[in-house]
Amino acid sequence: MLQWLPENVSTFGGEIDSLFYLIYYITAATFILVTVLMVVFLVMYREQPGRRATYTHGNTSLEIIWTIIPAAILIVLSFMSVSTWAKVKQRAPDSDFELQVAAKQFNWEVVYPGADGKFGTDDDVKFDNDLHVPVNKVVRVQLSSKDVIHSFFLPNLRLKQDAVPGRTILVWFEATKPGKYELPCAELCGFGHSGMKGWLYVHTPEEYAKWAGENLAAKAQ
Amino acid sequence: MSDTAAAGAAHAAHGHHEELGFLRTYVFSTDHKMIGRQFLFLGLFMLLIGGLLAMMIRWELAWPETAVPGLKFIPEPFMYGGIIPPNTYNALFTMHATIMIFFVVMPIMVGSFGNFLIPLMIGARDMAFPKLNLLSFWVGAVAGVVMLAGFFVAGGPAASGWTGYATLSARAQYTGVEWGQNLWIISLLILGISSLMGSINYITTIINMRAPGMTYFRMPLTIWSLFITAILLLLALPVLTAALAMLLFDRTMGTSFFLPEGGGQPLLWQHMFWFFGHPEVYILVLPAMGVTSDLLSTFSRKPIFGYHAMAFSMIAIAFLSWTVWGHHMFVSGMNPLLGTAFMMTTMVIAVPSAIKTFNWLGTLWGGSIRFSVPMLFALGFVSNFLIGGLSGIFMASTPVDIFIHDTYYIVAHFHYVVAGIIFALFAAVYYWFPKMFGRMTNEPLGKIHFVLTYIFFNGAFFPMHFLGVAGHMRRIYNPTQYEFLQPMQHWNVFITVSALILGASQIFFLFNFFWSLFAGKKAERNPWQANTLEWIAASPPPHGNFEVQPVVYRGPYEYSSPEVKEDWLPQDKNLGTGAAARAH
Repeated sequence: MLQWLPENVSTFGGEIDSLFYLIYYITAATFILVTVLMVVFLVMYREQPGRRATYTHGNTSLEIIWTIIPAAILIVLSFMSVSTWAKVKQRAPDSDFELQVAAKQFNWEVVYPGADGKFGTDDDVKFDNDLHVPVNKVVRVQLSSKDVIHSFFLPNLRLKQDAVPGRTILVWFEATKPGKYELPCAELCGFGHSGMKGWLYVHTPEEYAKWAGENLAAKAQ
Repeated sequence: MSDTAAAGAAHAAHGHHEELGFLRTYVFSTDHKMIGRQFLFLGLFMLLIGGLLAMMIRWELAWPETAVPGLKFIPEPFMYGGIIPPNTYNALFTMHATIMIFFVVMPIMVGSFGNFLIPLMIGARDMAFPKLNLLSFWVGAVAGVVMLAGFFVAGGPAASGWTGYATLSARAQYTGVEWGQNLWIISLLILGISSLMGSINYITTIINMRAPGMTYFRMPLTIWSLFITAILLLLALPVLTAALAMLLFDRTMGTSFFLPEGGGQPLLWQHMFWFFGHPEVYILVLPAMGVTSDLLSTFSRKPIFGYHAMAFSMIAIAFLSWTVWGHHMFVSGMNPLLGTAFMMTTMVIAVPSAIKTFNWLGTLWGGSIRFSVPMLFALGFVSNFLIGGLSGIFMASTPVDIFIHDTYYIVAHFHYVVAGIIFALFAAVYYWFPKMFGRMTNEPLGKIHFVLTYIFFNGAFFPMHFLGVAGHMRRIYNPTQYEFLQPMQHWNVFITVSALILGASQIFFLFNFFWSLFAGKKAERNPWQANTLEWIAASPPPHGNFEVQPVVYRGPYEYSSPEVKEDWLPQDKNLGTGAAARAH
């Protein structure tokens, strides 16, 4: 089933995927165990003439065992999840590459700070739905929304964050492979929700410099 | 407790028989059994509507923007020559979920079986407040009419999802839906009143009207589950009511509870909604668990494995259900530290669910299992709940949830849990049909219904996990608009074909139900040889339920007890000398 995961191209995606795999193996094993036992019991203990059911109200030590084992597994899973979560959502690394993305029905409005490196100045450059970033570079995005809640979803980067009107939320990622990746909206945002999407273009440093020269510098004049 | 029961017995002894007219018997009845039947018919009618909406949703996802066969007659702008436009699509899934949750599972599992079973299973003549009970049904029916009225107003019904996230739901301009959304809010406000009346009635009845000898820990787990559900309803619904009232004010009176331009907070809605919404999930699933426990024990001819653990795990679920709402909001912009805290509580709530599953297995072990139709559906519930419970662990882990949140993985998960309840629902209908209507259902038809439903339920919902793994978003109108989803489109077709067959298979149920209602074999008092008190009443029980006040001597699960020759030992059977012999 997990072969359908989109190719991961972010620095933190690998950690998310290994947790995904781990939980998959644990749950698959549990599922098989319980299902096999259930089928075996249903066959073995089907009603047969002359046999009476075992009269028992339970077994306390057995019940304690099957309470403690799942509890222990679940607690370990929680603790294993904490550091990855903190990495993705709590500790955005510093970077000199920062963008603003404002969601609105039904576009991603992308703003580059222009030559002066500051937002809200005359040399800001705006694009609809296209994000261009260099590979192996921490990208910080100030995410906001102009109307309803949208969700900034990069399946290949294992990144999702809702854009909430009235707030600016910082998200970050670092792409590890050049390419073109889809950027759909993942939160119902109205009749145009389906089809609200953009593209993330991850360039090599040289390509990015070329693109920036043509699009950021040129537009700023 | 025993005072009330004794008074009830005295009342019955008077031979109180007042002939009631048609209206008082079938329409405005105060008899808990008739109200239970009314809730059942209301829920089944809404199930038909909710199911048909699902078929339209599935058609659109498999063959986007093509005409749905047979729906050319639906006028513009709701449909265009049978083609579903995007705003109608949003309305379809909004109404599908709202109807299934609030007007199918709640009326049937809580409304119908709660009303029908509580007095019968605890040995009472009726509910504590029969008139409140009557009002509860009719207020609920009005809520249903108001909800369906949304289909007939300009702009169509609500289209902001069953979760109604602000700001989308808070301003008509964002969805283009004006009165449909208002009616959705008003309907749920009215339904809240109905549920409140019902839950007060259930709690009072269970606390005060149990038969002599029916201690709390001799109550069947069905009653335990309904008791806990009623307490959750009483505490959770007012929070939804408050949130809905604020949303209605934002929409119609210019307030800004959820609108940032007036100083409001969109996330406030999510906190309130899920503070209600997560207990709500357990309101839906607990009665299914209770019914399943009773049925597995009865048809395994064996006491339930770990009765106290089963009751206490439900109590634990009820308490913990108030502490997990934030797991719906991991990527909402809520403080990520809170996400970590909610992950911990969510992992903990999985433990009582695991206990229940293992105890169900323990109940089957060593049994003498009868594969009746209700038993098959109860086993189907266990099998689906297992999948739904395990898939929940993925989204409990915050990092994994970043990826699968708002994808079909979630859709798969909650359909295995909430749509899986339909198996417990069918189990309950087949099991108590003889008691409700005095006739047996047809067994071969029931088995065909089970096999088809089980296969095509899994065909419809299991591949949704695959779509979720591929990143397929929820609530999108046309998956082929996305390049990364195009290789998965064949799964959408597979799911839709399964769903259409699943829908069509329900004809076996409808036919069986209505045919048996009029022409089924007459049912005896205790066709399943079960222990609980409802089976000592006539089928169907008369007004007042029991000829003599039952007295309870033991718990509900004494199957294959060494004390008697038969493999069942009813709760009210006085063993006399045997009991005395044991006492020394």
